[in-house]
Amino acid sequence: MALGSFFSRLKQGLSRSTQKLTEGITNVFTKRKLDDAALDELEELLIGADLGPRVAARIIDNFRRTRFGKEVTDEEIKSTLATEIAAILGPVAVPLAIDPGHAPHVLMMVGVNGTGKTTTIGKLGQFYRDLGLRPMMVAGDTFRAAAVEQLQVWGQRSGVKVISGAPESDAASLAFEAIKHARDERADLLLIDTAGRLHNKSALMEELRKIIRVIRKQDPTAPHSVILVLDATTGQNAVQQVRVFKEMVDVTGLIVTKLDGSARGGVVVALAEEFGLPIHAVGVGEKLEDLRPFSPEEFAAGLVGN
Amino acid sequence: MFDSLSGKLGAVFDRLRGRGALSETDVLDALREVRLALLEADVALPVVKDFIAKVRERAVGAEVLRSVTPGQQVVKIVNDALVDALGGAGAVPLNLNAASPIPILMVGLQGSGKTTSAGKIALRLHKDKKKVLLASLDTQRPAAQLQLQLLAEKAGVGSLPIVPGETPVQIAHRAMDTARREVYDVVLLDTAGRLSIDQELMDEVRAIREATNPVETLLVVDAMTGQDAVNTAKAFNDAVGVTGIVMTRMDGDARGGAALSMRAITGAPIKLTGSGEKLDALEDFHPERIASRILGMGDIVGLVEKAAAHIDQVEAEKLAKRMMKGMFTLDDYANQLNQISKMGNLSGILGMLPGIGKIKQQLEGANLDTKIIGRQAAIISSMTKQERRQPEILKASRKKRIAAGSGMTVADVNRLLKQYDDVSTMMKRVGKMGAAGALKGMMPPSFGPRRPF
Ligand SMILES: Nc1nc2c(ncn2[C@@H]2O[C@H](COP(=O)(O)OP(=O)(O)OP(=O)(O)O)[C@@H](O)[C@H]2O)c(=O)[nH]1
Ligand SMILES: Nc1nc2c(ncn2[C@@H]2O[C@H](COP(=O)(O)OP(=O)(O)OP(=O)(O)O)[C@@H](O)[C@H]2O)c(=O)[nH]1
Ligand SMILES: [Mg+2]
Ligand SMILES: [Mg+2]
Repeated sequence: MALGSFFSRLKQGLSRSTQKLTEGITNVFTKRKLDDAALDELEELLIGADLGPRVAARIIDNFRRTRFGKEVTDEEIKSTLATEIAAILGPVAVPLAIDPGHAPHVLMMVGVNGTGKTTTIGKLGQFYRDLGLRPMMVAGDTFRAAAVEQLQVWGQRSGVKVISGAPESDAASLAFEAIKHARDERADLLLIDTAGRLHNKSALMEELRKIIRVIRKQDPTAPHSVILVLDATTGQNAVQQVRVFKEMVDVTGLIVTKLDGSARGGVVVALAEEFGLPIHAVGVGEKLEDLRPFSPEEFAAGLVGN
Repeated sequence: MFDSLSGKLGAVFDRLRGRGALSETDVLDALREVRLALLEADVALPVVKDFIAKVRERAVGAEVLRSVTPGQQVVKIVNDALVDALGGAGAVPLNLNAASPIPILMVGLQGSGKTTSAGKIALRLHKDKKKVLLASLDTQRPAAQLQLQLLAEKAGVGSLPIVPGETPVQIAHRAMDTARREVYDVVLLDTAGRLSIDQELMDEVRAIREATNPVETLLVVDAMTGQDAVNTAKAFNDAVGVTGIVMTRMDGDARGGAALSMRAITGAPIKLTGSGEKLDALEDFHPERIASRILGMGDIVGLVEKAAAHIDQVEAEKLAKRMMKGMFTLDDYANQLNQISKMGNLSGILGMLPGIGKIKQQLEGANLDTKIIGRQAAIISSMTKQERRQPEILKASRKKRIAAGSGMTVADVNRLLKQYDDVSTMMKRVGKMGAAGALKGMMPPSFGPRRPF
């Protein structure tokens, strides 16, 4: 996607979601001394953006050390804060690397229920097809009602083939067959959708591991990407989600969805610090083209309302 | 993981011990911990502030300051205030007091669980002998209408035939017409997920509401929701007037602070909770339970209920008495193991206990699982009475004999003794806290039946 249009679209998505915070900061900091009261309010703004009380306190403590008592303008405080947050996020802004040489590169989409896995698969299919790859999608959610049909609609929209099995059939064997199928048809990217599952349900997590074990019978190096999809509306529980999914299925990267809403996804800052997992992309809508690369500067600027 | 709030407050007040009466500042210190706990639990900031102000009013009264166990007093006050804020004791049922067909409208953000919850409510009403029609007004999400139709089949209720090309408002009218003609008792109207800032779609849902005049407008919210709960609650309440909340994914391990935010902002009761993906995973909402969950004190009521079904009351009381005297032998330990294994999954149970976060970690570190419990019980049963009472006499030769007798190794025996030591230290400490029993000493007095564990 073109960089210019990317930025403007992201801004559009993020700006709405950050209007409130902008107002807040604007009110608080127009020509004002950075004293304890001001810092407290700033800390609250960060908490309100889901950074979590600890991370917010730490970032503000930094501010306290370096600029306490200074007269600061609205603009200055926003950009400094954004820079600070962008610095934390910088290392995790890593694009999704697809290697068609794996023939096919196997990507699995995982996450708790309703975060946007299926929709994001649909978006990725379109994106890589536009890039000239030959993607294929696997309707690996054989559990949820109409999950297969949902992905099939995405396949029709993007012209990407969808491989599916019978309802309630075994997701692992479907994935196994799909890799064979993908090889036969010379697909170079296989996007496997999985059913949503809560990380604290060990039986369901075990099922996910089984899919991976079975996939490896076809290709010992697969899956080449395991993407955990996080909903930006989620609060501090995202930390636990990442911890468990990472431990159970070796997540290789994250995608954060629904950033076009009023939620700001600030928990991502804590995630970057604690796990350092790449954040590949963000979802900013329900249409095929509503997926953007993750840019720390834009995200951070959005967070503080710049 | 977070330690429980009661543990944290205990620490705050420990520091103050020996300084005589507590000052207002001390209480404020404690309230800072409460604030942190609520924020960690994802209660929205403005709601936290209001809540703390209320609690402060209650807490700064003389009672806490003079109390022997101020930590517990504060926990109790916080807990009671939280239960109040969540709607007070007891569940609020769906309102079905209207002429048939009764329209119920489901609204919420994308992916919050509207369609699944509609299916669950349909099944529940069907079991109550109501004639239910499910209608999907979701023309946005791919295969959304099919999803609801499949759920209707599963629940054994009617579903409105899918007519491609109709607008949501047209579908709403057709649903009501069909329900009147075919004499349905209840019509569940499922809508597409929408963002609170999407003016166009918020207008659409307002139009749907006007067209159907629902008796219940249920806002479906994910229990994992963070600070954005405020925006969601406000926007939907302003647009359509929420009459009840459905909290989904309560089967996860989120602490569910959004429940408090939702209730505070909309003023509407939380009526139902979703506890799984299957259609029967729908429960009434119990403020008491989520209060302790939000506070990180575990589901104490749930624990007590579970324990009541399994724990040998007499044994438990004996143990509590012994612990108060600082006694905890291998027999007691074996007894505990037995109780625990009866109660099923160990870490699940420990997770429900207040003030036990650290011990849980230790036990997990020691890889204590239910299988090991069985083995440990076997080791203990190979000991003599005297050995069980005075484990310190267990030297190499005795250990070898016990290992052989129980089919384990000496290393296993050592591991058991080490774990017994850890648990016993903890138990003795608990006993010394001087409260009227074992772990119930960590529970505020308001928590249901007093049953040591
Ligand atoms: N506004 C917005 N909505 C999104 C975004 N991504 C997904 N959605 C919506 O979120 C809802 C759930 O998306 P799905 O793709 O079905 O989520 P899922 O993770 O596959 O869900 P399960 O398979 O049921 O666990 C749908 O209504 C999507 O249209 C996004 O970036 N922005
Ligand atoms: N674990 C768990 N999963 C749930 C619960 N309620 C719903 N789900 C799952 O959450 C996902 C999304 O549920 P839906 O009912 O499709 O959500 P929705 O609000 O209708 O989504 P949209 O129509 O896309 O906005 C599905 O995977 C459901 O199975 C619950 O209480 N617990
Ligand atoms: Mg899906
Ligand atoms: Mg739906």
